[in-house]
Amino acid sequence: MSATDATQTPAQGRPDQIKAVPVRHPGRWVAGAIILLIAVALIRSIATNPRFQWGVVGDNLFATPVEEGVVKTLELTFLAMVIGVALGILLALMRLSANPLVSWASWIYIWLFRGTPVLVQILFWYNVAAIYPKITLGTPFLHANANDLITPFMAGLLALGLNEGAYMSEIVRAGIISVDEGQSEAAQALGMSRLMTMRRVVLPQAMRVIVPPTGNETISMLKTSSLVSVITVPELLFSVQQIYSRTYQTIPLLIVASIWYLAMTSVLSVGQYYLERRFGRGSSRNLPETPIQRLRRIVLPTHRRPDVAESSQERR
Amino acid sequence: MSTPMVQAEGVHKSFADNEVLKGITLKVEPKEVMCLLGPSGSGKSTFLRCINHLERIDAGRLSVDGELVGYRQQGDKIYELRESEVARKRAEIGMVFQRFNLFPHMTAAGNVVEAPVRVKKINKKEARTEAERLLTRVGLADKFDAYPSQLSGGQQQRVAIARALAMHPKLMLFDEPTSALDPELVGEVLEVMRQLAESGMTMVVVTHEIGFAREVGDTAVFMDGGVVVESGPPKEVFANPQHERTRAFLSKVL
Repeated sequence: MSATDATQTPAQGRPDQIKAVPVRHPGRWVAGAIILLIAVALIRSIATNPRFQWGVVGDNLFATPVEEGVVKTLELTFLAMVIGVALGILLALMRLSANPLVSWASWIYIWLFRGTPVLVQILFWYNVAAIYPKITLGTPFLHANANDLITPFMAGLLALGLNEGAYMSEIVRAGIISVDEGQSEAAQALGMSRLMTMRRVVLPQAMRVIVPPTGNETISMLKTSSLVSVITVPELLFSVQQIYSRTYQTIPLLIVASIWYLAMTSVLSVGQYYLERRFGRGSSRNLPETPIQRLRRIVLPTHRRPDVAESSQERR
Repeated sequence: MSTPMVQAEGVHKSFADNEVLKGITLKVEPKEVMCLLGPSGSGKSTFLRCINHLERIDAGRLSVDGELVGYRQQGDKIYELRESEVARKRAEIGMVFQRFNLFPHMTAAGNVVEAPVRVKKINKKEARTEAERLLTRVGLADKFDAYPSQLSGGQQQRVAIARALAMHPKLMLFDEPTSALDPELVGEVLEVMRQLAESGMTMVVVTHEIGFAREVGDTAVFMDGGVVVESGPPKEVFANPQHERTRAFLSKVL
């Protein structure tokens, strides 16, 4: 009886809060001071060194050719990733095929495109007319001059997309393998075909594993796309090169390109965060709140987190 | 006599060099509840998976509702069924797994609706109404929109039962449906299965729940080493086992 009384009134018997002297960390202070010192020196030198020519950076940041280059870079990245992802899914499914020839073909493709530098592949596609001057699409009536069809942009896009397909296929394959076999068994026991099982049950779950590295690939693609400047595709890097080859303001224009690349990769990182949330559905009880939700909670203290509302509803 | 729901004659199955089923012969009549018991590795789960062709048999004959499983006979020749034909037959057999295998990216109702909509091409609204009816029947009227990760094991397994029932199967297979559950959650799943048996569903249940087998089962089959050691009405098999191996097993689990 007295024992239960004691547990029912924990507040009364609660001992004093511990007030201990915290452990000192002098090492942390020293390290912090050194970092701060280096940072100050670096910023001072960047800001005061006139050879950075920050004025030129400002003048060119929104120059028309630079903006056009940004658009071209985004276009190239987007289209190459579309080709890469589509090809990646196809190659991954081929790789997992029961037909050994099909799986072998996929392996060879990956071996070839992953095993050679992408710059070499870009130059290859740029010069494809040298090997196949005329491209006939199966029939002798549909044909075109390779030089007309394979413009520098097309060559760059093909090279980047086909190369990306090889990498994406490994990512997709890892995603498919990561899904528990019981999932396909359950789907098949319900009478679903293999294709439907893949589309409705396996791939949506594989997405959770596929999306984060695909985000990395997209960010990487955005930067790799600068390689096609060597075949005169007027993307961001090529555009600034055009300008500084005329004005000799190399450093400030490279800074312009860097600022744009950084801005674009930052936007992509945010997009990746939201995409991961989308495909994380059902994987955990509560998704972490988004920065916007957190901001709203701080600004409007009465605002309740939507997932908290959800779980209280569930308890009903 | 009606056609047996499941008929097995000398069913053999090997995985590489390991022969798991060494000639299983048994018969399940319509509306019968058969419980398969036995030590792990005795082949009971494998046999269950053969019934809906998740595993293909190597020798013997296995038929469901008078039709061979996974094969088609014409004269003396036996042809392998095409994938779509196998799928069509699987759609008529419900299966419940030890690890539930719910689709984690779909809600409870989404799990139940999936196969009727995709496989049977039933209108989404109708399927949803049916799903809500089934989920209510298994005691989950307040969990339609919960994701599997928000449900307890017992609740997940009941969703899995509702999902199988949504296809209106003529036969239900249960592969150790309570083995992955916390002890206090076993009862709620067994209760749903008992009600299902009372409604006249033909069931083959691989289980270690002797109590369930005794109360609900019409037949208890004891398997060991890939063969049926002993079978009969559960009360007789449990009260008066004829075989030494059955006695040894029962003494450990009772």
